[in-house]
Amino acid sequence: MFQRRFFAVVLILFGLLLAYFDGYSFLASANPEAWFYRPFKLGLDLRGGSHLIYQADTSTLPATADIGEAMSSLKEVIERRVNAFGVGEPLIQVEQVGVGSAGAHRLIVELPGVTDLQEALKVIDVTPILEFRIERPEGPEKAAITKAYEDARAKYEAGEPISNDPLLAQDPEFVPSELTGRYLKRAQVDFTGQTIGPTISVEFDKTGGDIFAKITKENVEKRIGIYLDGQLLSAPVVREEIKDGKAQISGDFTVEEARTLVRNLNLGALPVPIKLISTETIGATLGQEALDRGVRAGVIGLLLVAVFMILWYRASGVLAVLSLGIYVSLMLAIFKILPVTLTAAGMAGFILSVGMAVDANILIFARLKEEMRHTDNMHDAISHGFTRAWASIRDSNLSSIISALILFWFGTSLVRGFALTLAIGVLISMLTAISITRTFLLAIGVTRTNRLNRFFFGSGIRH
Amino acid sequence: MFVVKYKNLFFLLSAILIVGSLWSLWYYGLKLGTDFTGGSILEVTYSFPGVRPTADTVRASLDKLNLGPTSVQLAGDRDIIVRSKTLTEAEHVAVVKALPILTSDAPSMLTEKRFSSIGPTIGQELAKRGILAIILVVILIILFIAFAFRKVSRPVSSWKYGIVAFIALLHDLIIPTGVFSYLGAIRGFEADALFLTGLLTILGLSIHDTIVVFDRIRENLKKHVGIDFAETVGRSLSETFSRSINTSLTIILVLLVIFFYGATATRDFSLLMAIGVLVGTYSSIFIASPLLVVWQKWSSRVK
Repeated sequence: MFQRRFFAVVLILFGLLLAYFDGYSFLASANPEAWFYRPFKLGLDLRGGSHLIYQADTSTLPATADIGEAMSSLKEVIERRVNAFGVGEPLIQVEQVGVGSAGAHRLIVELPGVTDLQEALKVIDVTPILEFRIERPEGPEKAAITKAYEDARAKYEAGEPISNDPLLAQDPEFVPSELTGRYLKRAQVDFTGQTIGPTISVEFDKTGGDIFAKITKENVEKRIGIYLDGQLLSAPVVREEIKDGKAQISGDFTVEEARTLVRNLNLGALPVPIKLISTETIGATLGQEALDRGVRAGVIGLLLVAVFMILWYRASGVLAVLSLGIYVSLMLAIFKILPVTLTAAGMAGFILSVGMAVDANILIFARLKEEMRHTDNMHDAISHGFTRAWASIRDSNLSSIISALILFWFGTSLVRGFALTLAIGVLISMLTAISITRTFLLAIGVTRTNRLNRFFFGSGIRH
Repeated sequence: MFVVKYKNLFFLLSAILIVGSLWSLWYYGLKLGTDFTGGSILEVTYSFPGVRPTADTVRASLDKLNLGPTSVQLAGDRDIIVRSKTLTEAEHVAVVKALPILTSDAPSMLTEKRFSSIGPTIGQELAKRGILAIILVVILIILFIAFAFRKVSRPVSSWKYGIVAFIALLHDLIIPTGVFSYLGAIRGFEADALFLTGLLTILGLSIHDTIVVFDRIRENLKKHVGIDFAETVGRSLSETFSRSINTSLTIILVLLVIFFYGATATRDFSLLMAIGVLVGTYSSIFIASPLLVVWQKWSSRVK
C-alpha cells in the first residue's frame, strides 16, 4: 500500500515537473541559456512565413546524369543562399513525386518569418555562378588594392570608420578569367591521384578546354582561384599546361569535402533550372491569431472535458482528470523535445487526442463499475476491470494509429502535423490510461465495494 | 435490447440519410478548394474597420489585369479575399498593387494576411494521393478486424465482422461528405486537404467505436451470454452503450470547442469531424451490430 501511494505521489511530482518544463520558456524570468529552455516549434501557419515549391526541370540534364546528385547540390546551393539571406530555421527539402518518366523532382523551401515574397524569391532564383580566376599580376594595381586592404584593416583595428574606397570591392589576389562553370562538362571525386587524400577531377567541354589550356600555360606555378557564388572554394597551384581539358584539383580535402565540392562544381556546370509552381505566404498577424485561438480552444476543451469527467464519474473522474493532466504535460514535453512542429491542424489533432485519451478511461471505468457488481473486493474489481478493458482499448486504438500512419504518408506538411500529434497522442494516452489511472485507483486504497464506494466509483445520474 | 428489436427503423433512417447525401453530392457536387484544383487565394486586411473598397470597385480594378475569372469577397469588417487562377509572383504583386486604397475619409493601409498560389499539378497529385490513402485505410482496417477477430468463428465468421465494419465505414464516409457538399452550397464550405484529413480521421474513430462493440460481442460469445446470437449482440450493445455515448460526447465536445474557439483554418474541419463522430457512433451501435444479427439469421435460414 505504502509503495503504491509513494509511486502515485512520484507520478504527480513528475507531472508537475513536466508542466514546469513545458511552461518554462514562457516565464518572464526564464533563462534562455538553461538546458531545459526549449520553446515550442511553431509551423509556418502559426508564426507566419512562406512556403515555396519549385519544380526542377531535369529534362535539361543529360540522360546519364545522376538526378539525385543534381537535386542535392541544388538543395545545398539554395540552403547557402537562404542562410545568406538571414532566415532563422529555414527548411529545405527535396521531394520526388511519382517514378520514371512521369516522375517530378521538387524543391520545397520553407522560410519562417519571411512574408516579403519578392525579396525572398530574388535571393533564391538566381543561378549559381562558378568562376575560375587567375592570380592578379604583381604591379601598381595589386599594390594599391593590397594597400587599401591594409589601411582598412588598420583603421578597423583602431576602431575608426572605414572609408568607402572602391578598391576594397576588388579581390587583391585574383582577377576573373574567361573560364566559368558554363564550360564545365563534369566533375568527380578521384582517389587515383598521387596524394593520399581524394582529388577532384574536372573535365571541360571543347571551348572550355581551349581556354583552360591557355590559362594554365600562362599561369604555371601560379594559383587558380575556384570561386562559387563569389566565394573562394579552393586555389590549386598549376603545375604545367593542360591541353586535354581535364584538371586534377588536389588539396587538403577530406572525402566529404571533396564530395561537396564536386557537387558544387557539377551544379555550376549543370544547374537544374527551377520553376516556382506553388507559393503560400501567411502573415504574422494571421499566424498569431491562429495560435491564440488554438491555445484558447485547447484550454477550454480541457476544462470542459475535466468538468464532464468529474460530474459523471465522480471519484474516478477526479483520478482520470489527474492522469489526463499528466498526459497533457507529457505530450507537451514530447512536442518540445522531439521537436514536433506545431501547426493549426496539429493543435486540433492534439485537442482531439485529449478527447480520445478520455475514452480509454471511460472504458476502464465502465468495466470497473460492472466488476464492482460481481465482487466485494475492490482490488479484484480494479484488476479485472483493467484486464478486460485492455483488449478493446488496444484494438480500437490500433485502428486510429493505422489511419494516422496513412495520413502521415499521404500528408502535405499541414496534414502531417495533424497525423503526428494524433498518433503520438493515441499511443501516449493508451499508456497513461492503463498505467497512471490504475496507479491512482490502487493508491486510494479502497478495499471493499460497499455502497459508498459504489457511488464514488460509479457513474451517471443515479448510481 | 431495443436496438436489435427496432433495427429496421434505424436501417431506414440511415438509408434516408445516405440517399439524401448522395442526392446532395449529385445535385450540388463537392466544392473543391484550391488545394485540389490549383489556383490562388489572396487575403488582405485594411487597417481600419469599415474603411475598405467595395467588392465591385476591387473587381473593376482587377479586371484591367486580365487574370481570367476572379472572385472578390469581403470578409470580417476589414478583410478582402481574392480568388483567381494560379498567379506568378509578378501577377501577385500586380494584384496587390491594384487593390484600391481609400484615402478620402481616413488613411487606410492594407497588409497582406495570406497568399497562396498552387499549381494545378500539385492539386491533382494531392487529390490522387488522398483517395489512395482513404482506400488504403479502409483495406487495412478491414484486414485488421478480420485478424483481431480471427478466433471468433461461430455463429458468424470473422470476415463477416470485417465486411460489416466496411459497410459501416462507407456509411460514415458518405453522410459527412454529403452534409459537407450541402454546406458547400449554402455556406461555401470547401473540400481541401483538411477535409480529406477529416474523413480519414473519421474512419479511424468510427472503427474505434465499432471495435469496442464487436470486442464485447466476442467476449460474450465466449462466455455464452444470451440464448441466441441476437440476444448476445443486444446484451453486448447495452453493456457498451453508455461508454459509446460518453466517448462520442467528449470528442464532439472538444470538436465543438475547436469549431467555436479554435483557429479559423480548422473550423470547417472540426465541424466535419463532429458530424463524422456522431454518424460513426450511430453506425457502430445502430447499424453494424444489428447487421451482424441480420446476416446471421439470413444465412442460418438459407442453410
